[in-house]
Amino acid sequence: MQYHLNYNFIWKYFDRLAWGLALSLELATIGILIGCIIGLALAVLSHGAGRPVRFVVGAYVEFIRNVPLLLLVYLVFYGIPSVGGFAYDATTSFTMTLAVYAGAYLVEVFRAGLDAIPKGLIDAGRAIGLTPAQRVLHVQLPTMFRIVLPSLGNAFISLFKDTSLATVLAVPELMYGANWIYTNTFRIVEVWTVVAPMYLVTGFILLGCLRLLERRFAIRRR
Amino acid sequence: MNVMLNSLPFLMQGLLVTLRVSGIVVAAALVLGVLFGVGLSFGPRWVAWPLRIYSDLIRGLPLLVLIFCVYYMLPLTGLNVTSFWAAVAALAAFQSAHVAEVTRGAVQSIPPGQHEAGKSIGLTFSQRMIYVVFPQALRRFLPPWINTVVSTVQGSALVSLVGIVDLMLAIQQVIGRTFKPMPMYILGALIYFVINYALSLMSRMLEARFAYVRE
Repeated sequence: MQYHLNYNFIWKYFDRLAWGLALSLELATIGILIGCIIGLALAVLSHGAGRPVRFVVGAYVEFIRNVPLLLLVYLVFYGIPSVGGFAYDATTSFTMTLAVYAGAYLVEVFRAGLDAIPKGLIDAGRAIGLTPAQRVLHVQLPTMFRIVLPSLGNAFISLFKDTSLATVLAVPELMYGANWIYTNTFRIVEVWTVVAPMYLVTGFILLGCLRLLERRFAIRRR
Repeated sequence: MNVMLNSLPFLMQGLLVTLRVSGIVVAAALVLGVLFGVGLSFGPRWVAWPLRIYSDLIRGLPLLVLIFCVYYMLPLTGLNVTSFWAAVAALAAFQSAHVAEVTRGAVQSIPPGQHEAGKSIGLTFSQRMIYVVFPQALRRFLPPWINTVVSTVQGSALVSLVGIVDLMLAIQQVIGRTFKPMPMYILGALIYFVINYALSLMSRMLEARFAYVRE
């Protein structure tokens, strides 16, 4: 069978892919920002809390981590409105799902980060007379940020890849752009040979930026 | 509640497909991944470099993109496979790259003295691997490997998008008939949760069991 490659349609509708990529990045960014808030809040909450709180946080983390993301996406978009009697648009729904999903992974990251702060730093803060709030703000959070930065970066990249699932809700991100083009033009091979490198290159650029950021914020020891 | 009970036999058929996909993928990815991982760690440059590129490319793509790529592009190479095997091939390629990295990490944690000792008593490369390196690397390998099994079971939900009636698509079909999404999604989430949580617990147990051994 002879197949003739024809990229004309891809370039004609390339703006769908470009805007799709922009939306993918936007979804991942909002997802990780809200996810960080959820993760940090729950990590701090369960750090000093008793058994019931830790159990609830643990249940949330385990539930989200052990259920496929696709099922969560469906559950939030189709399931919850059917019993709640309200509805939200697909983009909001997917962003919330992604944030809750990221939150479950980031709780562990932040908890490990909080544990890894050297005790001497907190004692030093106490010694120079910082109040507990000041110690959190000026000592614990900046130190923890540097410790968790690599994990946070990896979480962001994997979240960027997970945005491809938004296509099942017809959120117009990169994967949806690809699906739209090939259902309308049947240029399937051409679409995937363009879209797959777009995902790869974006991922590697993000990775490079994060490595630069890590080097910038690395804890220097002498 | 009634809906959940009535649909259970149908969901079980879907679950069997999910387990079959996962089982085949886990087995294939284990064999390929260990070979790739050993190639990455000990292979000459012409073996290690292509494997490095393979692993980085595959892990850099979203799994869904990989599944669609294989599903639509495999027929062009003249191979006419069913959608089941196309999806299995995509998942196996994805997981083998991850298992390769797990293997690389485990194998490289073995101190070089062990290799040298093996060489000095005249073991061949494969003997060194089987009798010296693998038994020691096993405890570094098992916990993260079980995590890749969990991610395989989760990733297998994506095969529903190329029309394979696994647990995920079975749930969708029941909802299409009954219009009761919430109970069905919760039931599905529970089934996935039970399988994956059992695996996660096993991984944690092994990790704790192996933690006391120190060089």
